[in-house]
Amino acid sequence: MTVSSLRQPSLLLLPTLLVLGVFFCIPLLLMFVVSFASRGLYGGLEWVFTVENYQRLADPLYWTIYGRSLFLAVTTTVVCLIIGFPLAYVMARSSPRMQTLLLVLVMIPFWTNFLVRTYAWMFLLRTEGLFNSLFLHVGILDAPLDLLYTNGAVFIGLVYGYLPFMILPLYVALERISPSLEEAAHDLYAGSVSVFRHVVIPLAKPGIVAGCILVFIPSIGAFITPHLLGGGQSMMLGTLIQHEFLVVRDWPFGSAISFLLMLLVLVVGVPLFKGRRLWGS
Amino acid sequence: MNRSFRWLTGMSVGTLVFLYGPILVILIFSFNASKISATWEGGTLHWYGQLAGDHSLWLATSNSLLVGTVSTLVALVLGLGAAVFLERGRVLGQPLIEGILLLPLVIPEVMLGVALLLFFVMLDWPLGLTTVTAGHCVFNLPLVIMVLRARLRKIDPVWELAARDLGASPWQAFVHVTFPLLRPAMLGAGLMAFTLSLDDFVVTFFTTGPGATTLPLKVFSMMRTGITPEINALSAILVTVSMLLIGISLAFQRK
Amino acid sequence: MNAVKKFSPIANQSILQKCWLVVWMLSLFVMLVGCGPSGESSSIGDISQDTSTKKLYYFTWSDYVDQDLLDGFEAQTGIKVVVDTFSSNEELLAKVQSGATGYDVIVPSDFMVSILAQQRLLAKLDHERLPNYQFIEPFLTQLPFDPQQEYSVPYLWGTVGVGYDSAVVEETPTSWNVLWDKQYKGRISMLNDQREVFGMALRSLGYSLNSQDPLRIEEAKQKLMAQKSLVKTYTSEIFDHLLVSGDIVLAHAWGGPIARAMKERPSIKYVVPQEGGTIWTDCLAVLATSPRKAMALEFMNYLIDTQVAQATSERLLFASANRLVKDRVAASVRNNPAVYPTEEVIARMEWMVDAGEAMRYYDRAWTELKVH
Repeated sequence: MTVSSLRQPSLLLLPTLLVLGVFFCIPLLLMFVVSFASRGLYGGLEWVFTVENYQRLADPLYWTIYGRSLFLAVTTTVVCLIIGFPLAYVMARSSPRMQTLLLVLVMIPFWTNFLVRTYAWMFLLRTEGLFNSLFLHVGILDAPLDLLYTNGAVFIGLVYGYLPFMILPLYVALERISPSLEEAAHDLYAGSVSVFRHVVIPLAKPGIVAGCILVFIPSIGAFITPHLLGGGQSMMLGTLIQHEFLVVRDWPFGSAISFLLMLLVLVVGVPLFKGRRLWGS
Repeated sequence: MNRSFRWLTGMSVGTLVFLYGPILVILIFSFNASKISATWEGGTLHWYGQLAGDHSLWLATSNSLLVGTVSTLVALVLGLGAAVFLERGRVLGQPLIEGILLLPLVIPEVMLGVALLLFFVMLDWPLGLTTVTAGHCVFNLPLVIMVLRARLRKIDPVWELAARDLGASPWQAFVHVTFPLLRPAMLGAGLMAFTLSLDDFVVTFFTTGPGATTLPLKVFSMMRTGITPEINALSAILVTVSMLLIGISLAFQRK
Repeated sequence: MNAVKKFSPIANQSILQKCWLVVWMLSLFVMLVGCGPSGESSSIGDISQDTSTKKLYYFTWSDYVDQDLLDGFEAQTGIKVVVDTFSSNEELLAKVQSGATGYDVIVPSDFMVSILAQQRLLAKLDHERLPNYQFIEPFLTQLPFDPQQEYSVPYLWGTVGVGYDSAVVEETPTSWNVLWDKQYKGRISMLNDQREVFGMALRSLGYSLNSQDPLRIEEAKQKLMAQKSLVKTYTSEIFDHLLVSGDIVLAHAWGGPIARAMKERPSIKYVVPQEGGTIWTDCLAVLATSPRKAMALEFMNYLIDTQVAQATSERLLFASANRLVKDRVAASVRNNPAVYPTEEVIARMEWMVDAGEAMRYYDRAWTELKVH
């Protein structure tokens, strides 16, 4: 059987492990070590070991950022779920032709450059962008609103950017639920809402979980969206890390923040991920 | 049932409008003659012309294509072996290895970017296209492995066994039985990896050096200096390219 | 099963192994070849042996890029200039410190020259290759940041002030505190530059913008935190666009972009408040790691050439360090306070210097302001 023929610690796996080992494991380990170092006066590193960087993370000043990042990530995930579910459901219950069409329609934004999709909102939300021009024209507003460079703009950008990541796994999971189950529930005189609550949603749970993971993780570590749509007003963990590395050049502190971010991701992601086993890939 | 389905359909249409509205707006305004305002001032292809004459844009595009091709090839070649091994073989510490293979896809991109930056700086490795490509391999490799493994799982080992029973060597069994079955998955994985590489901004942002600007980086630097219709035009082109890529991948799947 | 035993597992696996070895090496080869010299792409090896294809890597402020001038250099010398941009001195420092060592010519501000020189990141200049250096304004060459003029050539200079739309802000601002005026809430922008923002706040409190006193820096930080809710965005790059489009009416700004904005919206004006602020000069310098120092110097000499400098000033609307340019530019440029400050203004200004040990306080205060 092929199993025994490949018992050797084969060259099949070695190159992969080598590449990932050198360019992934080692950098992460290095970063962990650096998070205990100190910064030089003008940036750079001094090998003076300290836990000061992690202590600094506990400073109440930074709690705003943790809170904002978590809040935005969670609300983005929830809103994506609410907006994405109907479309995923309709897709799953359409004719095969329609399904392909809708799938293509959802895939196009999914495969379009993320920067472009973020730019779309920069274009729409600025003071003389479409929304303000429209509202002024129609008379709803007297003066343009400050839409861009706010927390709200970042929120919209995140939802818009990651919505396809929610729709696709939902669709895959919903598609597997046989419509006959819903029909059976109806035959038993269950109302539409009940059908949803007791049949569809529980069976779609693996897809819901997958979608949530796929939206939550990039959202909490978001960099592009807050950077472009936030205007230096809504700093999130991602932009803070960039700030530490490429502006104030405090690499040890930046490394410590990165690990905090990873911790947040794992704390939320891993339990959800374990639940994925129910679904199977 | 019908009424609630109508509600759902209505909401779905709303979602689709939300997804496409902004993109269409940018597309439309890429033809707007006015440089600044959101009012229509006549159609023009002027901005597309500006893009065509922008040398740094062409350089960025060729850089992106190069990095994409190399990192995808590396991911496919190395990933195929790894996927086959993990699905058909057994190795000590498999859960750990699987964890390592999954981690690059799970951790936030910012973290991967800065870790790589730190690594290259400490090794005194100058930043440039090579460092960017290395970074792209890190997230492409696990992706390819994941896709290929999923496909391999669906391929019943019975076929390989049958081939072996008929006297084929493991290598021959692989080449003539497994590989042809894997080919569509490899194309799919390759296309995904290539697109991911073309689209990547964050990791590239941290690992880039002089003259190694890629397309997303170029778009970003254009955005930093203001909102101009050229960006709209470039966006329109990129959206069209995505549509083409999807078309190609669908065509492959039909086969 | 007997048939299988016929094919020795070891021999077969050798073939399997060999095949994978070949494939693996092939992919490594492709990677190396793909990253080698080919067309317009570049990589490490490519950059260090790039003297044959004659390319120069220029890292400069995003405001200073004029493709026509670069094309002019290529026409004259056949050297193609590849440009990357940054928008703050700290960004430049971070990039150079992170190993982006392929750049040849960079454009640090005055105080950053001394920092870079101290860190041994700059190459000493061979003045024999810079004949146009004699035309540089004496008051710029005598500044303390590069006392022997070993590392830098002043290129452009100017001031930092307030750009405002006089149609909305009817009274001419006289103090930096106009940026704290609540009636313009949400229509103010600040530079995204820690030394400039803190420097301005310090001046508004009556202190030197080079203060090394942590208490004063803290006071400035508190004042800036109080302002933050009034600020639309922190940007060093698009405040001119925002002024023109009406998104903001007050901008903490350097002169050049304001001068450009004035052309598009005549009601925009520039003023330096009474408390005074930064007078700066951005200098050309060569990275110590550059393998193309001769070409770099040639390029620098070109940029400060009187004709080129005049064109630069007229296009980019920044004052040239070349002293002959002032008399040659159009009167509209010469008399524009956003480009050439008057003697009266210069008297109130302060040159920024390296904050030394106090850098830590500024870095941390800037982070805390951004996080707030």
